[in-house]
Amino acid sequence: MSEKFGDYRGSFKCVESVPPEEAKELHEPVGVDLHNVHRHDAVIVGAGLAGEYAALELKKAGHDVAVLTKIFPTRSHSTAAQGGIAAALANLEEDHIEWHFFDTVKGSDFLADQDAAELMVREAITVVYEYEHMGVPFSRTPDGKIMQRYFGGHVKDFGRGPKVLRACMAADRTGHALLHCLWENCVKLGVRFYPEFFVLDIITEGDRCLGLVAWDLINGGVHVFHAKAVLFASGGYARLFNISTNSRSNTADGLAIMMDNGFPIEDLEFVQFHPTGIAGKGFLITEGARGEGGYLINDKGERFMTRYAPSKMELAPRDIVSRAEWQEIMEGRGIGGQEYLYIDLRHLGAEKIKERLPQIRELSMKFAGVDPIEAPIPIQPTAHYSMGGIPTDINCRVLADGKSKWLQGMWAAGECACVSVHGANRLGTNSLLDASVHGRRAGKDMAAYLEVVECWEPLPVDCAKRAIEEVEWVLNADGDERPGDIRETMQVNMYRKCGVFRNEQELTEMYDIIKDLQRRYRNIRIDDKGTRFNLDLEETIELRHLLQTAEVIVAGALNRTESRGAHWRTDYPKRDDENWLKHTLAWRTEEGVRFDYKPVVITRFQPEERKY
Amino acid sequence: MAEYLFKIFRYDPDKDEGTKGRVQEYKVDVQEGWTLLDVLVHIKWFMDGTLTFRRACSHGICGSCGVTINGKNGLACETQIKDLGTQVITVEPLRGFRVIKDLVVDMEPFYDKLYAVKPYLIAYTPPPTDGERFQSPEDRRLLDGKYECLLCGCCTSSCPTYWADKDFLGPCALLKAAKFSLDSRDEGWAERVNAIDDKHGIWRCHTIFNCVEACPKELNPTRAIVELRRMTLKGRL
Repeated sequence: MSEKFGDYRGSFKCVESVPPEEAKELHEPVGVDLHNVHRHDAVIVGAGLAGEYAALELKKAGHDVAVLTKIFPTRSHSTAAQGGIAAALANLEEDHIEWHFFDTVKGSDFLADQDAAELMVREAITVVYEYEHMGVPFSRTPDGKIMQRYFGGHVKDFGRGPKVLRACMAADRTGHALLHCLWENCVKLGVRFYPEFFVLDIITEGDRCLGLVAWDLINGGVHVFHAKAVLFASGGYARLFNISTNSRSNTADGLAIMMDNGFPIEDLEFVQFHPTGIAGKGFLITEGARGEGGYLINDKGERFMTRYAPSKMELAPRDIVSRAEWQEIMEGRGIGGQEYLYIDLRHLGAEKIKERLPQIRELSMKFAGVDPIEAPIPIQPTAHYSMGGIPTDINCRVLADGKSKWLQGMWAAGECACVSVHGANRLGTNSLLDASVHGRRAGKDMAAYLEVVECWEPLPVDCAKRAIEEVEWVLNADGDERPGDIRETMQVNMYRKCGVFRNEQELTEMYDIIKDLQRRYRNIRIDDKGTRFNLDLEETIELRHLLQTAEVIVAGALNRTESRGAHWRTDYPKRDDENWLKHTLAWRTEEGVRFDYKPVVITRFQPEERKY
Repeated sequence: MAEYLFKIFRYDPDKDEGTKGRVQEYKVDVQEGWTLLDVLVHIKWFMDGTLTFRRACSHGICGSCGVTINGKNGLACETQIKDLGTQVITVEPLRGFRVIKDLVVDMEPFYDKLYAVKPYLIAYTPPPTDGERFQSPEDRRLLDGKYECLLCGCCTSSCPTYWADKDFLGPCALLKAAKFSLDSRDEGWAERVNAIDDKHGIWRCHTIFNCVEACPKELNPTRAIVELRRMTLKGRL
């Protein structure tokens, strides 16, 4: 395991290097106004926790870094995380890094790469203290330390003990507190942001990344960003589903762009469904609500988790709780026979709810019309998080072949990346941790790289061609199909047919639906033909990204004939370590999805039966 | 399900330049539980793709979709249509800001005010190398009602003083300044006070309380401004 960041000295040379002062004239991408060609040492796509943490590291190391985001930085979806960020600080009771390590691996259904998971839980401590030093308003213990709460799957003594206080919290607004703090520190250090820039493509030559192409949403126009180092921190895709906790901006852009360029994506069949989304909407009710002692109850008023996880009950990991809920619903014990259950917080009392779950109370009052002090909140499983993503090594470098070959000059971190620390199922509070640790690691590794690489490689003159063609095609699209119809059909069906429980028949139907939607997409029309703040254009390109990503998710789910973590096949209801203890690598081609595999890194914990 | 009439402000920079914009009417069958954002998305996806607005999280935490609804500022995503109590609903861009397109406004001047108040923790005492700085729960409680701000702009856009004085820092930036000034870990008062102790700063506020009414998170920028004034005067003595 390498704790060090890239000793890049002597490891490679710039090919055909051009001194920066002469370089500008040499790189004039066809079709792009020269004023729209920007050069930075490092360019980051996405301004959530991963992107902003990396930007801070690069800026502190003295490099010129630019952050592109299709929304304003503080609107990034990290802000919606509620419950906490995991770190074995042991502020209130005994806890150990090794326990956190084991829980993460067991939670992943043994698909996490253990070298990466161990590194993440070790650096968790550093990252949380750094956050505190930067100014995060953490909730505090009576003696002034960072407050910690219970979360699902986090327990003592290598899975044998009771639940442990590990989730570092800022009430139930932890993501918001972390994201705003990082942004504030970016402002302090003068990080350059390009807000409302929508990335369209990366520029590669051979196995090297030279920059990217983006659309300026406010003014219109294609821009080229020429960089020595590029980081994708572009987030997830759970807007593929109609019931989702995710922001409308989580549309798989980074994943689809990698696929467009012929690179593989790892483990995309593993989609996390969070057990407590507000019924009919999907908005998040934090697992912290169960961490504080909330009960899940069915139509008969039973705490049904006794049947599924008698020991850990409501604090079993999310895949298990979501399946339990869906089972209750299928067996007719949803509330009034409907597709939802209740989370009951009433016994916690008004004071605790107001102090520790204020946002939950606000959300349920605004979106479910229910005050949780007085009545239970209707909930259902909701699409939440992508365990899979762009394959990277532990220094967040993108692997061009998915296995070992670095796509030189490119990194990925956060939800869009797959290191893999979450395997088949992520534990709650490990996502803020993953984004922070790997954003930080990526930033440090990029900084080490930039110490050595002094030059920008010349850009291919046609580097913006594909992006320009796509924008022009969409702006001129004058067919019969509304993107909105295609998007809605995709979302509704994905939740039904590629959801908590899956089987061959429904997945095959879903695959055909996606292929049909992709055909219909070629015949779309958009109403807005302008170039300035054209949300119609942006959403239509996002829809393509989603359709491509859905295809790979469904194909991967069909391909993996076992049940592991969040991927549950009713026709293959057992985990199959003999054949499937391996990561999926998927390449999307015009002929369909091609698969390859790579082994799971197992350093310390051998796979065992997973019970809670 | 019930039919509502939405009167939505429209401004297309390609067609309406030099005009004050126009109002377009849409009749929408509003489903049970729909918010204003659901309506805007429905119009965009199924009726008129040119309608333009900002949106992201859709549940009141990112602060993208601040608009003026029946004359009052709020987030479209958490405004339940049935709670508005009218069958005719007007939707306008946040006032006080330049309109870019339809409901999208130029927020840069608003963000510039934030940058001006040094919106970050300033601490000169080095923190412990292997742990957190301590803060008592009582000290931490002083940040409640301040750290929750979304930067949606609903407060500053509702402020008549800001309408009249575009250099006024405005309630949002001053709330931010208060958040840090009241943090027991912060040592930046001497720097920050220079930015806010100004005729366009804390003294410009006329305690009209529009910001308090406008804030979708029920925060109280006016009270924060009063606290900053008290701290400033105390520092002068």
